[in-house]
Order: sequence, then C-alpha cells, then structure tokens
Amino acid sequence: MYNDILGYIYLSIQSASALMSVTAPITLSARNLIRRFGQREVIHGISLELRHGEVLGLLGHNGAGKSTTLQMLTGALLPHAGEIEICGFDLIRQPEKAKAQIGFLPETPPLYREMSVNDFLIFTAKLHRIPRAQIPDALTETKHRCGLQDSGKKIIGTLSKGYQQRVGIAQAIIHQPAVIILDEPTVGLDPAQIRDIRTLIRELGNMHSVILSTHLLSEVEHICDRVEIMHHGRLIYGSSSTKMQQYGNQSGFIVTLFAPPALSELQAIAGVQQVDPLSTTQFRILHATHTNPSAALLALAAQHGWQAEQLVPLQTRLEDVFMQITQDEKL
Amino acid sequence: MTLTIALKEFRSLFAIPSTWLIVGALQFIFAWFFLARLDAFLQVQSQLAQLANAPGATLAVAAPVLGTVALILMMLIPIFTMRSIAEERRNQTLTLLMSAPVSNIHIVIGKFIGLMLFLLLIIISCLVMVLTLAAGTQLDTGLLITNALGLILLAASYTALGLYISSLTAQPVVAAIGALAIFFGLWLVEISAVDNDKPWRALAPTSHFQSFNIGLLNSTDLIFFLLFCITFLLLTIRRLHNNRIYS
Repeated sequence: MYNDILGYIYLSIQSASALMSVTAPITLSARNLIRRFGQREVIHGISLELRHGEVLGLLGHNGAGKSTTLQMLTGALLPHAGEIEICGFDLIRQPEKAKAQIGFLPETPPLYREMSVNDFLIFTAKLHRIPRAQIPDALTETKHRCGLQDSGKKIIGTLSKGYQQRVGIAQAIIHQPAVIILDEPTVGLDPAQIRDIRTLIRELGNMHSVILSTHLLSEVEHICDRVEIMHHGRLIYGSSSTKMQQYGNQSGFIVTLFAPPALSELQAIAGVQQVDPLSTTQFRILHATHTNPSAALLALAAQHGWQAEQLVPLQTRLEDVFMQITQDEKL
Repeated sequence: MTLTIALKEFRSLFAIPSTWLIVGALQFIFAWFFLARLDAFLQVQSQLAQLANAPGATLAVAAPVLGTVALILMMLIPIFTMRSIAEERRNQTLTLLMSAPVSNIHIVIGKFIGLMLFLLLIIISCLVMVLTLAAGTQLDTGLLITNALGLILLAASYTALGLYISSLTAQPVVAAIGALAIFFGLWLVEISAVDNDKPWRALAPTSHFQSFNIGLLNSTDLIFFLLFCITFLLLTIRRLHNNRIYS
C-alpha cells in the first residue's frame, strides 16, 4: 500500500516535470557552436537547449571544454561558428539585449577586491541596467538570498572564499536574469558552504534557468534536472539525471528477509528473472525494467512471515555511469 | 553606462593607498618647483623691471611650472593607466564587463573618462597653486588657459596610449614599463630634434604641448591631440574585441 502511494507520487512527479519541460518556454538555445584556439579546434559543434525552470548540469573531465562553452554562452568569448539565442535575442547580433538576460559566475568569481560588497553589487546592478530606483530593493533581496545580510559593508578582499563565492553568485542574480550560468560554483568550498550553495541553486532553478558546469557527480545528482556530458569538446550524452542513473543498469533490488524461504520460492514470483543470495538473509533480485515484483514479494513476505526488513533498489552511482560513458567514447 | 564604469574606475583609484601617496608626493613636488621658480623670479625682478618688455609672473613662473607638470605627468600616467585593463585581466574581472550588457566602446570610454577625471583633479590642483600668484600680481589669463588646455590634452593622449598598452598585457607592471618606455621614446624624439627642425618631431605629444605652453592656440596641435586620443582609444576597443575572439 505504502509502496503504491510512493510509486504513484514518484510517477506523478515524473510526469509533471516532463509536462513542464515541454511547455516551458526555451530561454537559451545554442546551435552548432565551434570554437578554435589558434589552429586547434576545442569545441566541435555543440548544441544546447534550456527551458525555463530547468537546472542543467554540464559534466565533464578537466579540459573537456566546459568553461569555454559557458564563456561563449555569455558572450565573453565569440564562437567561430554557430548561433546562440537568449530569450529570443541573438547573442551576436543583439549582444546588449541578450546579455541583459544572463547572469554569469565564471570559474574565478569576478570580484573587485578593494570594493565593499554593497558597492560592488550596486555597480553590477547598474552595469546590468537596473533602474536606479529599484537598486536598493534588488540589493536587499539579493543579499538576503545569498546570506550576505551582515556582510554589506565588508571589503570583498577580506571575505573568506565561501563568502566571496556568494558575492559572485549575488552578482550573477541581482538583475533577475532569465538564464543563470555558473561555472563550477562549489569548487573550493567547505561541505557546509557547498550544501548552502546547492540549496540556493536549487531555489534559483525554480524561477530561472540555470546551467552549471561541474566535475562533481554528486552535485549533478543533487541539483540538476538534466545532464549533458562533455568530452573532448563534444556533448556525448544528454538526459535527465534520474534516467542517467539507470544507464546501463540492470533493474533490481536487494531484499533482506530474516526468515527467508527457499530460493525457488523467490524465483517463482512473477517478474523475477534472477535471484542471487548475497548472505543467508540478503538476496539480490533482478527483474525486467517494466515489471517490478517488489510489491508481490512484500505481500508474500507478509503472508508467509518471511520478516522482510529492507528493500533497496539497485542504483548505479552516477560516477560509474559517467566513467562508463566517457570510456565508451574513447573506444 | 559609460558613466557607471567611469565612476567605478575613478573610485577604485582612490581605494588603493599608493594613489593617495602619489597624489600627496606630487603636490609636494609641484609646490617645491613653484616656490623655487617664484624665488628665482623675485631675485631677478628688479633687473627685469628695467627691461622694456619684461616677462610677467605668468610667463616667468606659471608657464615653466606647468611645463614641469607636463613632464612629470608623462612619468606618472603609466602608473595610473597600467591597472585599468591589465589588472582586470589578471584578476579575471574583465569577464564581468565582457558578459555584462555593455559594449567594448562603453568599457574603454568609461575607463578613459574615469582616468581623466582623476588626472583633471591633479591638473586643477596645480592650476589652483599657480593661481595664488593672483594675490600679488596681475595674471595673464589667456596664457594660463592655453596651458591648462594643453595639459589636459596632453594627459588625455598619454592616457589613451597608456590604456592601449594596458590592454595588450595581463601584467600591470609590464603595462607601466611599456607605456613609460614609449612616452620616453616620444619625448626623446622631441628633444633630439629640437635644434634642427626635423619633421618627425611632430610625432611627439610634448612638442605639440610646447605651443600651448607659450600661449599659442594652434589648430594643428589641437587636431594632433584629438587624432592621437581617438587612434589609441579605437585601438583599445579593437583589442578588447579581439580578446573575445582570440583569447
């Protein structure tokens, strides 16, 4: 019963997000971006699309071209070929209108170390053409969101790395851009700060579109709706992060029964393909992707007094998937 | 938008202590020159009074002092312009401007105006010092105005060149040394050609300042300064554009 409800909730969430991702307007689209450094082509025709309210994770090894791609999306670098459109404005033909819709936090937060937090944020607000009258409100609001309420008068150079990162994020969101682009936002932070910033990014994802690059897989698992994997300047895999966790994965679960029946009895349950005893009480049960025998098994367990203790779905860690995908590409 | 960047540039100059130190030391040096010049003038004043068409205080004191100011500005401007783009590039704050909805023109003109505001402050403080002569004598306002205009134009062209050098590198020190070397080169062109009036003397901004210094408002000089500024500002804008393509 309980499982059914959970399953139902899970399904409805899935369909809701699927529905949203179809109807939400596209805020950023990039087509066939090519970028060369000298003679060497480093980005080979990347295409990306981002919808409103979506958090997209750009995943890749160091040197895969993540930062270069993000810099092109913000107009800091010009692509050698390809088109970028932000909220309907072409980044190359109407740079000022398009850039007004972007908030960008580069790898190194672009902070003027000698300025105070307030002065700096006011400067960036003006730079992004927020009307003068709205600046105080935007400032208070942004500082509140980034947990900088008490740091307004401090000089940026004296702040800790974590707070500097927050100022960097504040700078990217003060003008309420439609697209927020964050390049490795949690690098070099301590675990508590990482958690705070992830929560913040998740919140931002509800109202804006967010692209973040990272090489941390757990980050993608926690905050992204969608993943694109980059390898040697190409996007080699793109999917939702839940789907990605199922990549190359045999569906199944590990069940703990304190009074287990004979193996053949478990084998007999409809939908079960294979049963491997892991210990005297633990069994790994593999099944086809669409028929999940867990409910039937639990019902039987209750009926026959097998003392079911735990049922854990098998989940490939994102890390394994990532390694697998990038390995595949090399071959 | 240009103004926002200009004001930020202006304020950030005052955020570093060395600026205050330099401005203070500069005032001291100017005052020293001014007083030394004034002292010399007072000693020969009685002899000058016997001449038929004797030079007044403005020509004998103010003009040479402002000529010295021009020379010192040549050495100082690289120190102020070196940071403007090179340091932004080194600290990776240039990305902020590059990804903001402002064009390269806004960025360069904004920085130029910010630096000019600061240099105007220095120039005005010198002029105020020279104006104290008015307490004791009649001043030649025409000569003072051409001198002030000359100084401003000279500072503007040095700033434009300094800004361009700063946009070429990511190291402020390299930008300062590079700009200083070029300024000195231009100055040497002028003083080496002062005897025999060589045509390439016209390349040096200092030679064009000379006519302002003696109270001559020559349209050739005005055009030279304007072209000099515009050329290097355009080169800087172009350099920032290339930055988006090549770096």
